Amino acid sequence: MLAGCAPLAFPSGMKPDDHPAASAATAPATERAAAPMPTQATAPAGAPVVHLVEVVAVLGSFPALAGASLTVQRGEIVLLRGPNGAGKTSLLRLCAGLLAVERGEATVLGCDLAVDRQAVRNRVGLLGHANGLYADLTVGDNVRFWGATVGATAAEVQASLQRMGLADRLADVPVARLSAGQRRRTALACLVARRAELWLLDEPHAGLDAAGRDELDSTLRAAAAAGATVMVASHELERAGALASRVVEVVGGQVRERSA
Amino acid sequence: MSMWRIARLVAAKDLRIERRSRVVANQVLPFAALVMVMFAFALSSDAVLRRVAPGLVWLATLFSLLVIVQRMFAIETADGALDALQVAGVRPGGVFLGKAMALAAQLAALELLLLGLAVVLYQTELVAGGLVLLVTTFVTATIGLAFVGTLYGGLAAGAKGRETLLPLLMLPVVAPVLIGATRATEAALGTEGATPSDGWPWIGLLALFAALFGAGGTLAFGSLIDE
Repeated sequence: MLAGCAPLAFPSGMKPDDHPAASAATAPATERAAAPMPTQATAPAGAPVVHLVEVVAVLGSFPALAGASLTVQRGEIVLLRGPNGAGKTSLLRLCAGLLAVERGEATVLGCDLAVDRQAVRNRVGLLGHANGLYADLTVGDNVRFWGATVGATAAEVQASLQRMGLADRLADVPVARLSAGQRRRTALACLVARRAELWLLDEPHAGLDAAGRDELDSTLRAAAAAGATVMVASHELERAGALASRVVEVVGGQVRERSA
Repeated sequence: MSMWRIARLVAAKDLRIERRSRVVANQVLPFAALVMVMFAFALSSDAVLRRVAPGLVWLATLFSLLVIVQRMFAIETADGALDALQVAGVRPGGVFLGKAMALAAQLAALELLLLGLAVVLYQTELVAGGLVLLVTTFVTATIGLAFVGTLYGGLAAGAKGRETLLPLLMLPVVAPVLIGATRATEAALGTEGATPSDGWPWIGLLALFAALFGAGGTLAFGSLIDE
């Protein structure tokens, strides 16, 4: 067990491909779009994945979060909405263990962020505007590298590629030759290979065409159905709102619940 | 995952990127060869070239080191991979050692080329009695340069104007390697009557330099690349 982390009720035996929705993710985009939406009920009850109580965090001298409180359960897709500078990205970075907790209580995946922010890092996947890929390497090389950082086996890497529809000819294509949507899918495959339990996505639809956005949405739904928890910061309220099981508004570094 | 496993993983990744892109092979090695040719043009006297050949080899190595380090960290920052490594909780000491290992491998290939060019262009003669010293010099200096290059490459990676900042930061720091490696190479090659025994004290300096920057870099790399 990682330092600073309490055991979290998480079905470790559950693999992405165990879920019926997984086959949808490996199928062509049209089939994936037609796949049934996994329901929240598929996620077993347990300790919350994210539990923030009156959290204060600062960026330099600027208050990035000013008493944010939020609880996210496993398998949820939570949309963070709010104006620029409201604290959405800071909230994601705090959950990724990149931002220090000044005051309040912050527990992510059973890890107390006030005690040890490092411990949570290799269990979350943060995808911002950059994809974190190596352009000269192939899709397969990238997924293998990121998977290897957590000791993923060749079978797990292959499953990650299949899950994102990248296991065929695209696996051997250098990332430099991919479209923006394919790069995004590759980055998500890296998150799957890294066994990320909490996906933190900052404007994931940016730069994608309509087909790419549909693919991303079906991927996130399948990931959530397979047990991952997803937090999405987005300005694309209609699309992201349809995707989310819950919407929260971030304003002035504070979090307000809204109905989806 | 242990630091050494991360180091091997990162080194293999960096060398795979070079194998796929061939930037060092197709651009940096020709650049280094060109520098050696330009030195030959500038110092047209054979006697002068033979005398200064060890220094020119190490100067060309330093210039090429700057280019390789810029490229090595441009790869990491182009699409946010360095940030992603940080977010992924990968041990920074392992990243430092891995990148230094890959850099050392590329520098070794570069130095072999430069030594060969010194023999061809400057009529430098390799002395059998100095071979052990020569190999030891190249090994210790290469390790030291790889550690410094990786440390300062990481330091400059997130800075504005990193292309111009890196030489400004790094060249003064590697001056001891330039001096030590040049003197030890002169001793190994018997330049101006020097003997191999003259070179071994310089190996001590090179080894100390490598040890200091290796230990310092492993400990400090995480803080350097942290936001």
